[in-house]
Amino acid sequence: MNPGFTWNIITDVQWMWSLPSMVNAFRAGLAVAILAGVIGWFMVLRRQSFAGHSIAVTGFPGAAAAVYLGLSATVGYFGFCIGSALVIALLARGSGTGVGERAHSSALIAVVQAFALALGAVFLDLYGGFLSSTSAFLFGNFLGITDEDVLTLVAVAVVVLLAMAVIGRRLLFASVDPAVAAARGVPVRALSVLYLVLLGATVAEVSKFTGSLLVFALLVMPAATAQVITARPGLSLLYTVVIGVLVTWFGLAWAYFGNQATGFTITSLAFACYVLAYAAKSVRRTLRQGRPGRLEVA
Amino acid sequence: MIDDAVLSLRDAAVSVGGRLLWSGVDLSVRPGEFVAVLGPNGVGKSTMIKVLLGTLPAAAGSVTVLGERPGAAGEQIGYLPQRRNFDGSLRIRGVDVVRLGLDGDRWGVPLPFARRFSSGRRIADERVREVIDLVGASAYAHRPIGECSGGEQQRLLIAQALVRRPRLLLLDEPLDSLDLPNQAGIAALIHRICVQEQVAVVMVAHDVNPILSYLNRVVYIVSGGAASGPASEVITTETLTRLYGTPVEVLRAADGRLVVVGGPEAPALHSDRHADHHSHEHGDRHEALR
Repeated sequence: MNPGFTWNIITDVQWMWSLPSMVNAFRAGLAVAILAGVIGWFMVLRRQSFAGHSIAVTGFPGAAAAVYLGLSATVGYFGFCIGSALVIALLARGSGTGVGERAHSSALIAVVQAFALALGAVFLDLYGGFLSSTSAFLFGNFLGITDEDVLTLVAVAVVVLLAMAVIGRRLLFASVDPAVAAARGVPVRALSVLYLVLLGATVAEVSKFTGSLLVFALLVMPAATAQVITARPGLSLLYTVVIGVLVTWFGLAWAYFGNQATGFTITSLAFACYVLAYAAKSVRRTLRQGRPGRLEVA
Repeated sequence: MIDDAVLSLRDAAVSVGGRLLWSGVDLSVRPGEFVAVLGPNGVGKSTMIKVLLGTLPAAAGSVTVLGERPGAAGEQIGYLPQRRNFDGSLRIRGVDVVRLGLDGDRWGVPLPFARRFSSGRRIADERVREVIDLVGASAYAHRPIGECSGGEQQRLLIAQALVRRPRLLLLDEPLDSLDLPNQAGIAALIHRICVQEQVAVVMVAHDVNPILSYLNRVVYIVSGGAASGPASEVITTETLTRLYGTPVEVLRAADGRLVVVGGPEAPALHSDRHADHHSHEHGDRHEALR
């Protein structure tokens, strides 16, 4: 079925795309990368990576519980991810600027996360242990994606991205400068709740393909890389999406030809991008500091 | 005279959580005037700003801002909250932060490449450039704001507060945590904006000395009372002794700086001022106006 990589790239790609499941994997990868990129960019900017991680982790017991109860895993992912997003949003009160408030909310998020993992273990145990699904829930599976899966994914992506397009500028203001935004009539608190719900929906949908643990690779890594490269908000959002799509597509191809797990290939490429960007920035900064006569007076 | 007042408070009082913070404040500010709100820590100086913004109701008296009730004319008010600095790792440029002050409260997202087609966008870009120029921040406005120094960040934030050409500027401790040359620089900048742009400025200050020579009037708040008028009439041994209800002495240093001495405690220079953020019970302790 898989003839292997032959260095004749056109034939290789033709081979790969002759399989409907691979075509669907590339389609899903595109949608997942855009969706996770945009949501993840704000998550990195708002320093809510830990909250995002916890929401992702609660998807695991959600999926396990749904399967145990005979429901579709999708129901479990959405129910638990959006539920935990609401719990975190409503319980972690305050603007989050005070040290005490931050400590409180990060402790609270950790509590939610630990409990979620424990629940996941219980449901797996109740079900009698299904190792293959456990691995898919945690580390994802881009193979065997149906047309219907792709349509659902695109529908969720369109809804979430439309919502982000509407609130985008206000959310940026509220994230960067909450006190002034609030004084200008931006509903900082409501936006923060809404954003976490959108994050929950994104994580739930993306987790179906990437798993609960590796969803994080696509949420954080492209955005973190782009924010290292540039401080211009629009450009950095664009880079995030481009990096996300490239990493996902090359990762899928690598997984196909190299017979590796998609989780591993996509994450490795994203990690490599981040390391490269960071190294390039450090080198550039060292060079600039080493040059005399460019010392700026504060 | 009442007609052209940018804001006026008459016998205003504020209570938070059932506790009366201050009362009997009378103040009227006209365009181009620079007024400071002074007083010991924890007395509720920042709540004055909140009342003017309309986020906290006055418990008594009348408050009018730009001819309306507080909060109704938010478009014409520039506000600089008390804050710590931006996180060093925040990857947003100073110019973006200023820009958010202009249109950050709008729904939607800015379209890419709109600059080429939309005149509104060009006018907005021009205004951002102009205001950054006004505060003298052009050299570093395109750097990530987290990498700017405290004084540079403060200039950019003043630009953000000014970008919509407000008629009233509310500044909450803008000199806090700056070194002395930067304090002097920012104070001179605020004065210049006041005169040049005819903006009325109300500034909460911990230390009156960097702005003393620019002030038209001060409001001095202590728990239970307040006095307002020219600095030379309010920051005096007589007035402050009456306000505090305990002997207080105002000393004038050779260079004109004022120092308030006296009260139940030693007149400490509050070098460890941030410790007081956590214990507002020190409201009765006297401020050293360095």
